[in-house]
Amino acid sequence: MSTEKFDAIVVGAGPAGTSAALTMAKGGLSVALIERGESPGAKNVFGGVVYKWPLEEMIPKFWEKAPIERKIIDHRMVILGKDSGFSVSYKDDYLGMETRGGFTALRSRFDPWFAQQAEEAGATLVTSMPVSEVIEEGGRVVGIRAGRGKENELYAQAIVAADGVMSTVLQKAGIRGPPAAEDVAIGLKEVIELPSDTIESRFNLKRGYGARLDYLGSVARGKSGGGFVYTNSNTLSVGIAVLLSHLLELRCKPYEILDEFKSHPVVAPLLEGGRVKEYQAHLIPEGGLQSIPPLASRGVLAVGDAAMLCLYPEGTNMAMASGVMAGKTILESKKTGDFSIQRLMLYERLMKESYIFKEHSRKKNYHNVLTSGDRFNTDYPDAITEIMRNILVVDGVDRGTKHAAARKVIRDKVGYVRVLRDLYRDIWSALPW
Amino acid sequence: MVSEAGVGPNILLAVKQVPDVSELRLDPVTHSLLREGVPSVLNPYDRYALEAGLRLKEIHGGRLTVVSMGPPQARKALQESLALGADEAVLLTDRAFAAADTWATAYTLSVFAKTIPFNMVLTGLKAIDGETSQVGAELAEFLDIPHASYVRKIDLRGDMQGVTIERQLENGYDVWELPLPCLLMVAKEFGQPRLATLQGYIRAKRQKIRILTAHDLEALGANSAYFGLKGSPTFIPKVSPPPAKPPGTIWSGDPKESVRKLVDALSREGFV
Ligand SMILES: Cc1cc2nc3c(=O)[nH]c(=O)nc-3n(C[C@H](O)[C@H](O)[C@H](O)COP(=O)(O)OP(=O)(O)OC[C@H]3O[C@@H](n4cnc5c(N)ncnc54)[C@H](O)[C@@H]3O)c2cc1C
Ligand SMILES: Cc1cc2nc3c(=O)[nH]c(=O)nc-3n(C[C@H](O)[C@H](O)[C@H](O)COP(=O)(O)OP(=O)(O)OC[C@H]3O[C@@H](n4cnc5c(N)ncnc54)[C@H](O)[C@@H]3O)c2cc1C
Repeated sequence: MSTEKFDAIVVGAGPAGTSAALTMAKGGLSVALIERGESPGAKNVFGGVVYKWPLEEMIPKFWEKAPIERKIIDHRMVILGKDSGFSVSYKDDYLGMETRGGFTALRSRFDPWFAQQAEEAGATLVTSMPVSEVIEEGGRVVGIRAGRGKENELYAQAIVAADGVMSTVLQKAGIRGPPAAEDVAIGLKEVIELPSDTIESRFNLKRGYGARLDYLGSVARGKSGGGFVYTNSNTLSVGIAVLLSHLLELRCKPYEILDEFKSHPVVAPLLEGGRVKEYQAHLIPEGGLQSIPPLASRGVLAVGDAAMLCLYPEGTNMAMASGVMAGKTILESKKTGDFSIQRLMLYERLMKESYIFKEHSRKKNYHNVLTSGDRFNTDYPDAITEIMRNILVVDGVDRGTKHAAARKVIRDKVGYVRVLRDLYRDIWSALPW
Repeated sequence: MVSEAGVGPNILLAVKQVPDVSELRLDPVTHSLLREGVPSVLNPYDRYALEAGLRLKEIHGGRLTVVSMGPPQARKALQESLALGADEAVLLTDRAFAAADTWATAYTLSVFAKTIPFNMVLTGLKAIDGETSQVGAELAEFLDIPHASYVRKIDLRGDMQGVTIERQLENGYDVWELPLPCLLMVAKEFGQPRLATLQGYIRAKRQKIRILTAHDLEALGANSAYFGLKGSPTFIPKVSPPPAKPPGTIWSGDPKESVRKLVDALSREGFV
């Protein structure tokens, strides 16, 4: 039997891999998209917000046909104190039009739909096939292996590693090692079932529209972590993410943090009466700019989480955008017939000029903020609670005195210089907006 | 239709798609199977039949056609059969076929079978969901050919005039000679089925699955009154789960104390 050679092999049919495969298939390339799960999305976990960009570039007016749960119109950011919450919310129907504010999706439905678009464009999707090895020749990766024997080998001009944060392809090709404990968070998520009417009244929403609530501050016992509650049609996606190295310091089970988050007085009423339908855990790249491996190396283009491009809470858009750029790069190579390692470096150049790298550069302190100091997880939340409690209780003490007390809290808890420095710099790395 | 002797056997293989049991859940209230959203896979018993077909093809050449009656997601089971090396796949799919019992299933399969040349029909021993083990024998009756079940070895004569088989029995085995064409229900003792390869899956993706609807089968002479629920002489009035087992007892704490309690309980029940 012929062992034909593909123009490209994409390993992993998540948002990154499918975007690469779709882009190339539309350009007429022969593409094999290889997924270890029984179906795309079968093994995938994520909070649930997908963004309009860059999906729309690949599938114009996708919102008319994609399996969308709810269009997000209400963005709430909540700074949790130990028993309190300080929220900022922006709600706007404009964001609901054409999913401008993003939309919630369930990966078990979204990924198969998305991969089907790539298949319809001509990509060859193979599921239930874990790639286990790379095949190297003359210093570059020329194929992959998914089991023993020639029949489990496949060759291509270029390989796209879209196999997620633990990327077998990049590790086997020696392009990067397993991620370090301070470069990944462990994300836990539950899907909690509630009637859609209950969700709409509880979150003050119209039918079909949704809210995303992102929680910062005291989520993980004073360590770096965040939480979320996203509304789906008749479920909520509820989860937390804690830096793995911090979780190891806390010496507790990740689900204990999730249980604490779920029973926090600010969160619990939202979930009341819900039934847990699914429980999932997955690693999230949190290493930021400095953890990004060589993007185009030895014939392998690294995309999405495999390339550690996730920038919490944006992962799917980074994955898709990088997939598109990798796809475009290989399309260029096909045009000129030049698949040399130098030529494939175009991907790295495209990436460096893109939203992805601009955002990563802007948030280059993100990782520092996560790993150093407790002020964002303890000091600020505590200060906010103390100040707000003092100010909001009317007890005959004048506001002038209370404001003075507030200033003292800030000075004692964090210090003015620190506040100014954070406002100037680190806070913009810590906030999702 | 029976093929002329010569170029190797034409083998027809019937496969069923069944819910992936590893993904099955029970409704905690009604204890009925929750089939919705459960991925479907090739009936595990049919893998042995497929293995038998592939080995015959390796020895004698010929052509292996796989047919399934089922909903559109049965394509996956057919695709897997193609990946493993079947030459052609046919899906009989139509709302009119829905809720067929074994008789209607066998009838529908037989209509298709009569349209192609075959020397042998293979089926699995049973489907892991329905588990009646009836479809194979009924299909043989509709085709008016002899059949054997629990087949663990197949020696096909090179002149396509007959086959010697071994049937697995509780303690031993039978040796039978059958004329061709015949239908064989293959047992798991036939041997370990092979795994599909990456190249196999890729080739399978390129192959078209032939789709036949109720209308197509009618055009081939089928009586549509025999299809699906309406054509089924049997029906299932009720499905009940096995009675729940009484909950067990757990003794924790001091191991010595727990062991003593265990021994007490066992002797109370007359086990020791
Ligand atoms: C709890 C949690 C919440 C999140 N919330 C959000 C959110 O709300 N919004 C957002 O944008 N992002 C979110 N993210 C991040 C987002 O999920 C990821 O950034 C995104 O999925 C990355 O896409 P990807 O295609 O690179 O990788 P993945 O989605 O991980 O896909 C990789 C694919 O490769 C397959 N694969 C792996 N190894 C192999 C192999 N050896 N052979 C074949 N296939 C293989 C996998 O099965 C998988 O299908 C969240 C993540 C977590 C864990
Ligand atoms: C929960 C449940 C509810 C059911 N409800 C009804 C009902 O309401 N009414 C009713 O009439 N029947 C009902 N059935 C029976 C159902 O239609 C049978 O499963 C079907 O007829 C096949 O029989 P079987 O699964 O016992 O196959 P078996 O006879 O055990 O299968 C033996 C072999 O026959 C072949 N084969 C079987 N089915 C097919 C097929 N569809 N396509 C190709 N080859 C096949 C395969 O090679 C298989 O290995 C129900 C079954 C279940 C599990």
